[in-house]
Amino acid sequence: MRNVISDKVAGLQPSGIRKFFDIVSEMDDVISLGVGEPDFDTPWHIRDEGIYSLEKGKTFYTSNAGLRELREEICRYLKRRCKLNYRVEETLVTVGASEAIDLAMRVLLNPGDEVLIPQPSFVSYFPCAVLADGVPVIINLKAENEFRLTAQELEEAITDKTKLLVLPFPNNPTGAVMTKEDLEAIAEVIIRHDIYVLSDEIYSELTYSGTHVSIASIPGMRERTIVMNGFSKAYAMTGWRLGYACGPEEIICEMTKVHQFAIMCAPTNSQYAAVEALRNGDDDVIEMREAYNGRRRFLLHAFEEMGLPCFEPLGAFYAFPCVKEFGMTSDEFATRLLEEQKVAVVPGNAFGECGEGYLRISYAYSLEDLKKALDRMSVFVKKLKGEAK
Amino acid sequence: MREQILTFLEKNSRIDLKELAILLGSDEVTIMNEISKMEEEKVICGYHTLIDWEKVSNEKVTALIEVRVTPMRGQGFDSIAERIYNYPEVRSVYLISGAYDLMVILEGKTLKQVSGFVTDKLSTLEPVLSTATHFILKKYKDHGTIFAQKSKDERMLVTP
Repeated sequence: MRNVISDKVAGLQPSGIRKFFDIVSEMDDVISLGVGEPDFDTPWHIRDEGIYSLEKGKTFYTSNAGLRELREEICRYLKRRCKLNYRVEETLVTVGASEAIDLAMRVLLNPGDEVLIPQPSFVSYFPCAVLADGVPVIINLKAENEFRLTAQELEEAITDKTKLLVLPFPNNPTGAVMTKEDLEAIAEVIIRHDIYVLSDEIYSELTYSGTHVSIASIPGMRERTIVMNGFSKAYAMTGWRLGYACGPEEIICEMTKVHQFAIMCAPTNSQYAAVEALRNGDDDVIEMREAYNGRRRFLLHAFEEMGLPCFEPLGAFYAFPCVKEFGMTSDEFATRLLEEQKVAVVPGNAFGECGEGYLRISYAYSLEDLKKALDRMSVFVKKLKGEAK
Repeated sequence: MREQILTFLEKNSRIDLKELAILLGSDEVTIMNEISKMEEEKVICGYHTLIDWEKVSNEKVTALIEVRVTPMRGQGFDSIAERIYNYPEVRSVYLISGAYDLMVILEGKTLKQVSGFVTDKLSTLEPVLSTATHFILKKYKDHGTIFAQKSKDERMLVTP
C-alpha cells in the first residue's frame, strides 16, 4: 500500500485551537471568550447590497483579480485610512485575507527560503510557509516589549536565506500594535538585508490609540511589502470570506495567476456587498470600534480587580493576560477554568510556544456576556490564589 | 463626553454608573455630575421603560393621526399643537412637512375610545381642517429596538 498522504501535509501539526474546540463543543452552558470574530452582525446596508446583487442576477464569476469597482474602492480606502497609494493593477481581491497569506508565500518562496514568523501570532503563517516549501523561522516576541517586534530581534533572526518577514500587527492573540517609530526601526533592518514583508493588517481598523500605521507607508518599504487586509474584522463580515492584497505589480500579478488557477475569483455577491461597505461603512466601523474600546477597558479593569497581570492591548479585540504565577501551563489553566467555571478561553501556546503561560481572551462579546464570564473567571482566580496560600 | 454618556443611557437608562465610568475611561463622580447637570438642563427629560404591551394585554390601541390645521396668526402651529398635546391620552405630537401639518400619536384602551377622541375632540377644534387616522396593527420595532425574539450567538465557540 502506498502512503496516501504526502509527507509534507502529514508532517503538519493540526491547530492547537482545534483540540480545545473539540473539548468545548461537547460541554453545555459554556460561556466562551474564545471567539476570533466580531459579535456584530454585518451592518444591514451592506447585507442589503449583497441581497440586491443576487436579485439583480449578479451570480457569475467576476474577473480573476476582482471587480474593478471594488478594487478602485479598496485603493481609495487605503489612501484615506492608511496613506497608501495603490493602483487597481496592484490590488487583488481574495477569499478572505487567509488566501492572501497562502498566495504570497507560494509566489515569493523558493524551496529552502526562510520565512520569519513572529509569535505569538495567527495559526496559519507557519503551515502556509511549509506548504510553499519555505522554512519557517520563529521569532519569539517578549512580554517585556509588549509583544512588539524589535529591530534587534529581527536582526538576530536574519540569515543569508531569509526572504520574507510576516508582520502580524495589530496582533491576534496579544492585541499588540506597532507604532510608527517601531516600524521605522525595523524597516531600516529590512531594507539593509533586502527582505520582503507580508504585512497582515486585518485588524487595522481596531486600534485604540491613534490610527493604524502600515509599514508600507514607511519610505523604502512600499516596493518590498505586500499589504493584506479584508472585511472580516472591520465590517463584521467573516462569513462573506473576502480579503485583499496590495503590493508591487509584479508580485500581485503572479499572485493573481495562482489565484486564477486555484480559486478563479472571490464570491461575486460578497464583492458587491464590500463595495457598499467601503463607500458607506465608515460610520459603522467607528461605532463598532468604540464598542470594542469600552469592552476593552471593562476587561482590563476586571483583570486588575481579580489580580491577573495583563499589559494594555491597543489593538484587535483580544487581551493576553499572564497566568504564570499559578504554576500551571496555559492548557492546564484553560482546562480547569472550563471544567470548574465553564468559561472557554484559548491557551496562549496555541499561537506559538512563547505564548505558554498566557491566555487569549476575546472581548468580541456583548457586555452582558462579558460580565457573566468575567464574574466566573474572577471566582476561579480567587480560588487559585486561595489555594496558593 | 456628554454625547457618549447619552448614547449609553439612551439604550439602557439603568446602566450601572460605575460600569459606565469604566467603559468610557472616566470616573464615577465625573459621570454622575455630568448626568445631574443634563437633568437640570432638561437635556435628559426622563427615564422611561420600553414595553412590549402586546405581551401584557390586548387592551391597548395605538393610532397615528395625521392632522391638517390652519395656523394661527402670530402663533403658527404652536397653540393648536398645545391644545392637542395637553390631552393625556396623546403620546406624541410632531409638526411635520408634507401633506399634513401635525402627526399625533394616540393611545387608548379601545378602538371606540380612540375614534371617539378623533370625532369629538380633535375634529371639532376650530383650526383643524381634516384628519386621517391610522391604527397600528403590529409593532415591529420601537425606539430602535426590534421586538422580535433576539437570535442566539451563532458563532462557533472557539475560533482562531
